[in-house]
Amino acid sequence: MAGTPAGIRVDLEVIAGLVEPNSRVLDVGSGDGALLALLQSRRHVDGRGIEISQAGVNECVARGLSVIQGDADRDLVHYPDDAFDYVILSQTIQATRNPKIVLTELLRIGRRAIVSFPNFGHWTIRYSLGLRGSMPVTRNLTHAWYETPNIHFCTIRDFVALAGELGATVETAIAINSTGQKMGMKMPWWFWNLFGEQAVFVLRR
Amino acid sequence: MTPSADIDRTSATTSSGNREAIEPSSPVAYFGDDEPLHLDAGIDLSPLQIAYNTYGELNADRSNAILICHALTMDHFPASRSPVTGKPGWWLPLIGPGKPVDTDRYFVICSNVIGGCMGSTGPASIDPATGEPYGLTLPVITIRDMVRAQKMLVERLGIDTLFAVIGGSMGGMQVLQWTVSYPDKVFAALPIATGARHSAQNIAFHEIGRQAVIADPDWESGRYFAHGKRPVKGLAVARMTAHVTYLSEMALHRKFGRNLQDRDVLGFGFDADFQIESYLRHQGMTFVDRFDANSYLYLTRAMDYFDIAGDFDGSLAKAFQGSQTRFCLISFSSDWLFPTEENRAVVHALNAAAASVSFVEIDTDRGHDAFLLDEPEFFAAIDGFVSSAARARGLSR
Repeated sequence: MAGTPAGIRVDLEVIAGLVEPNSRVLDVGSGDGALLALLQSRRHVDGRGIEISQAGVNECVARGLSVIQGDADRDLVHYPDDAFDYVILSQTIQATRNPKIVLTELLRIGRRAIVSFPNFGHWTIRYSLGLRGSMPVTRNLTHAWYETPNIHFCTIRDFVALAGELGATVETAIAINSTGQKMGMKMPWWFWNLFGEQAVFVLRR
Repeated sequence: MTPSADIDRTSATTSSGNREAIEPSSPVAYFGDDEPLHLDAGIDLSPLQIAYNTYGELNADRSNAILICHALTMDHFPASRSPVTGKPGWWLPLIGPGKPVDTDRYFVICSNVIGGCMGSTGPASIDPATGEPYGLTLPVITIRDMVRAQKMLVERLGIDTLFAVIGGSMGGMQVLQWTVSYPDKVFAALPIATGARHSAQNIAFHEIGRQAVIADPDWESGRYFAHGKRPVKGLAVARMTAHVTYLSEMALHRKFGRNLQDRDVLGFGFDADFQIESYLRHQGMTFVDRFDANSYLYLTRAMDYFDIAGDFDGSLAKAFQGSQTRFCLISFSSDWLFPTEENRAVVHALNAAAASVSFVEIDTDRGHDAFLLDEPEFFAAIDGFVSSAARARGLSR
């Protein structure tokens, strides 16, 4: 959840719009519980969360959310198959040690996986690396390379390839541009990959 | 003053603890021979006496009852003054009007465990068959037996389903047992600083305590009342050992360090040179005033026998299968008696059973005893969990 603006993030609004009302949801990387609270109030979901930081967990539980302290890399293995309608990984996959295994686990535990991530193919990042020759620090990725928790960046194109490798079906794909607007569905992938600042995917097995 | 002088000053025969065991000052529920308690030991225990206290009012739906389960050496006075020690309730910061366990909203019940010495049937109670205290003739009691007895009390009070069951340490074991024995009778469960089994290390410390009691000549093979004695030295040593396990190295260092007690230089003898020694002697000494030695044997045994997975082919997840109860587990970072990992093992089993579970680890250096202390983050977690459970239960403010 590194380096995200305050208030309800655009990707959370988008995710909330993708979740069916009254479904069972596991939010992996709950942070302070903003998404779970949003899903509970707006979608009346039966929501659970895993959060790595103890401060975040304590805040969630004090808010009345059902959240445990845990680690996406280590603790998903404890959940049974098909335990949830949706397992959500919002702005967290780039901070996991093994994104491929985590994504496999998401698709095992949930009937659908919703993954949102910062697109490392965005033109500002390409500019920073390609022309300035330095690791990007942007308003979405605020950490310098030596202190960032984000260890596995990917582009939209990379993520689509991983989903394909895992045999997952992309049910919905949404790119959000730098003004926080959803980008047109008719745009080609290369356009999304260049101008999409964030991406939200709904996958199923 | 030598330690033996300290400990001997307790009178052997006029223990207020013993009086409370036989004639409790709190309300009592009696169960006659027609309502025996079926013990895990394979014996029906009757008659049975359960001492308890309640706080707040039961609502018309009888849906707002919270059961508080007490720890090893606690009693059924979590929110009122103890008749034995005169001290305020041991969970007074948590229970009361406007507090996280709000007695303006909830009907709070707490009973003395079976095997205890504060008015519920235990080794210090009089066996009606002999007119003498049970002593070691009382069958061994388990956590599940304690919970069975609590279920009898709750039914006697006209309550079918508890809104919540809350407890720490041995109390947390009872909470977990409630959710396993009577899964549809518990809406929300708060097991705190506990585990689904007693570890080998914990059994080891309990065994040291029991052997200290048994080695005291005044224990008299458990028949000390008949001899007009009490094994106060053995019980005090048991308490001193146990007390160390309730604290943490950091807390001991912060509180006592290597500070000397009432002296400027080492005494070159075996008096209490260090403050920590003096503190432990005081802990042992005051404990024997309020607790029965045989009861200590029975209750530590009950904890040692506790192993929920053992009752389910070694699978803890199986114990919670299909559970509709909402759980919130809380551990403390410096607790080495019931470390976070023991609590987390329960969380993982609940995850595997797809149960609703929250889990909070409170960062503190105060060790296991932190659950009895004023920890704002701890209370915030309980408050958040209980309030959201109350909303889900439809309990209006």
